[in-house]
Amino acid sequence: MTVQECYEKMGGDYADVTSRLRTDERIKKFLLKVADDMSFSNLCENLAAHNIAEAFRAAHTLKGVCSNLSLTMLYKSASAMTEALRGKEEYSSEFEPYLDRVKEDYAVTIECIKNID
Amino acid sequence: MANLKSKKGPKKSILIVDDSELNRSLLSDMLSDDFNIIEAENGEDAVVVLQEHELDISLVLLDIVMPKMDGFEVLAMMNNKGWINTIPVIMISAETSSSYIDRAYDLGAVDYISRPFDERTVKHRVMSNFMLALKQKEMSDLLTEQIYERERDNRIMVEILSHIVEFRNGESGLHILHVSTFTEMILKHLLLITDKYKLSQSEINVIVNASALHDIGKMSVPEEVLNKPGRLTREEFEIMKRHSVEGERMLADIPYRSNEVIIKVGREICRWHHERYDGRGYPDGLVGDEIPISAQVVALADVYDALTSKRVYKDSFTHEKAIEMIVNGECGAFNPLILQCLDEIKDDLKKELHMASPGQSLERGIHDNVENILKTSGTDVSGRTIRLLEHERMKFKFFASLSREVMFEYVSSPEMILLTDFSSEYLELPEKIFHPAESEFGTRVFNKKDFEHLLSRVKNTSPETPMVEGKYLLNIHGDQKWNKVIVRALWSDDEQPVFEGALGKCIDITEETEEIQQLEVLADRDQITNLLNARAAKSKITKKLAAPGNKQYALVFFDLDNLKKANDQHGHLFGNELIKTVADRMLSNTRATDICARFGGDEFVIFMQYNKNGLQHQIERIFKCLTQDLNGFPVSVSMGIALSNQCGGDYDKLLHMADQAAYAVKYGGKNSYKFYSEIASTGNGGGLLNN
Repeated sequence: MTVQECYEKMGGDYADVTSRLRTDERIKKFLLKVADDMSFSNLCENLAAHNIAEAFRAAHTLKGVCSNLSLTMLYKSASAMTEALRGKEEYSSEFEPYLDRVKEDYAVTIECIKNID
Repeated sequence: MANLKSKKGPKKSILIVDDSELNRSLLSDMLSDDFNIIEAENGEDAVVVLQEHELDISLVLLDIVMPKMDGFEVLAMMNNKGWINTIPVIMISAETSSSYIDRAYDLGAVDYISRPFDERTVKHRVMSNFMLALKQKEMSDLLTEQIYERERDNRIMVEILSHIVEFRNGESGLHILHVSTFTEMILKHLLLITDKYKLSQSEINVIVNASALHDIGKMSVPEEVLNKPGRLTREEFEIMKRHSVEGERMLADIPYRSNEVIIKVGREICRWHHERYDGRGYPDGLVGDEIPISAQVVALADVYDALTSKRVYKDSFTHEKAIEMIVNGECGAFNPLILQCLDEIKDDLKKELHMASPGQSLERGIHDNVENILKTSGTDVSGRTIRLLEHERMKFKFFASLSREVMFEYVSSPEMILLTDFSSEYLELPEKIFHPAESEFGTRVFNKKDFEHLLSRVKNTSPETPMVEGKYLLNIHGDQKWNKVIVRALWSDDEQPVFEGALGKCIDITEETEEIQQLEVLADRDQITNLLNARAAKSKITKKLAAPGNKQYALVFFDLDNLKKANDQHGHLFGNELIKTVADRMLSNTRATDICARFGGDEFVIFMQYNKNGLQHQIERIFKCLTQDLNGFPVSVSMGIALSNQCGGDYDKLLHMADQAAYAVKYGGKNSYKFYSEIASTGNGGGLLNN
């Protein structure tokens, strides 16, 4: 599938990303790096270990990455996660729904990226 | 860890600090056409990179939310270290709340780019901030240059003026220089021991500069009085004394400049540098601190240099005598505080005045002044560079002093060698050596040819392979010392690299070399007898055969006829003793210049010089001695002798001939000796002996 089709499928904003990064080639190059980016796994691990400060940073970084690539759907769930964690010190079960949402969207996103030609 | 991706070339470097690899490479992708990119994945790494590459980095892109040390902390650190003044920082963050932005600006960030990145925005902001910083740097360099030029011109004008005066006075060209050096050292020390006189560094510079003018009034004194060899008459002395007032008037008359500090201080010095602390000087008879401190110090400097210099009316006194005369009040009374300074720094003074040469002092003075102006001008232009250089210099000095090795810097233009403090003391040479190839350094410490050779090797290096290494025999305090000399050539960064000089150090390896030589000796020796072994004997004999001159040598080859019997009858210990005894007998019957060797087993060789008439007798004596009984055991040898004039300088041939002769002996009944010439002429050798 093309980059544009991929964006449509994973809830990204193709027009926005092309206006900023200019070429499909470059967009693709960075999309392929998303799977290598550690912020998602950092988020999961730190939240599981109740390291809230680290989990916040990881969520924040993930949000930044999504924003740069206009991965709008994942960006929204990562943003919500970030805001839920901001300023918190103690673990709370309230975080879990946010995390589930991020996991879900992340899985969709990665799956779509894998299928780019 | 920080990831250094800097490529070679003239591109400027940008440091990208972001915890996400993806974000860093996105930015890197946008900027790498125009810049070298250095990446750091958190604040701590960023600080490390800045510390190491401060001068290379022209801009920082800085994320805020990061592990270990966040962006604000990096900014705080950059303020702390002063980096923020010269390295523009652009913040990058998804945080768009105004409190974040304000805080970043307050901490000195120049711009703020929010995510998501837009390529045009990133490129444009980076480029414009980069250009801005570049312009600022250019302007400050220009300013530095101009200040330097102006100071230089000023100093040169003052020097020219004062040399005209000196020329007319018939004084040595060094008087002005000595007075200003002396003045500066006393004033600096004065600040250390008292706060009575409020002097800033720049005021001291002015006084030092103006001290050069102290005698300009002498222009008005008639030639015949000025340079009269004998004692001045009362009238003449009165005329002479006028030079102080005249000098002041000359300066006072300079139109429009009466407010210049140097003119004001110059007037004080001219008028009052002959006043004395007790009021008995001239022209005004001022007492104590009525005399400005500038004039007090110059007065002392003037007296000191007059005492230690030869003049038409007097000879020169030594440094020590001059100090003694001053302290004893023989030249009038001086401020006790200044005399205290004199006493405390007299050794330094002697050293400094002894070495002061005009060009050097001029350069140093300018350097001090430029640094001073830059420091006080408020703009911190190139303060960072000066700081860094100073830091590097201290680091170097520290390591150099620790290593206690001779280290030097070679500068190609103007050609000179600079020695470190330690090296200069150790070699008893000045720290700065001009024309090194003709200097003590290039002709005494180094052998002249060695030095030229080393230099040409260094000049023949390339920027890629700048190292040169060699062993040289250096002369240190008259001792010959083997040194490993390592030199690294310095090439310029230009496209066509220019040789700029070199850094070098000399490591004393005399002991090491001696040890190696010792080891070589061991390797050359037979273990039981300590005689040379076959390999070593061959190399020594070959050398002797090849040496020019008409020396005659004999090679004596023999083996023990009954070593096996000795071993069988009396055991191996006795066999060893027999071998050792034979070796001792060989040594005691030959000269130190002869060569004695054991070729292994029971074979031995003596190689010796002979003269025709004595040879037969010599061989007879050696043979007899070798074959004396050992504890009742009869020692028997079969010995062959060949002469060097029969072998055409070929060692192997010579050995073979002696071997053949010895074999003939063995074959003919043992325990005797034969010359090769005997068996060759009788035809007894040949085929029989090719065993």
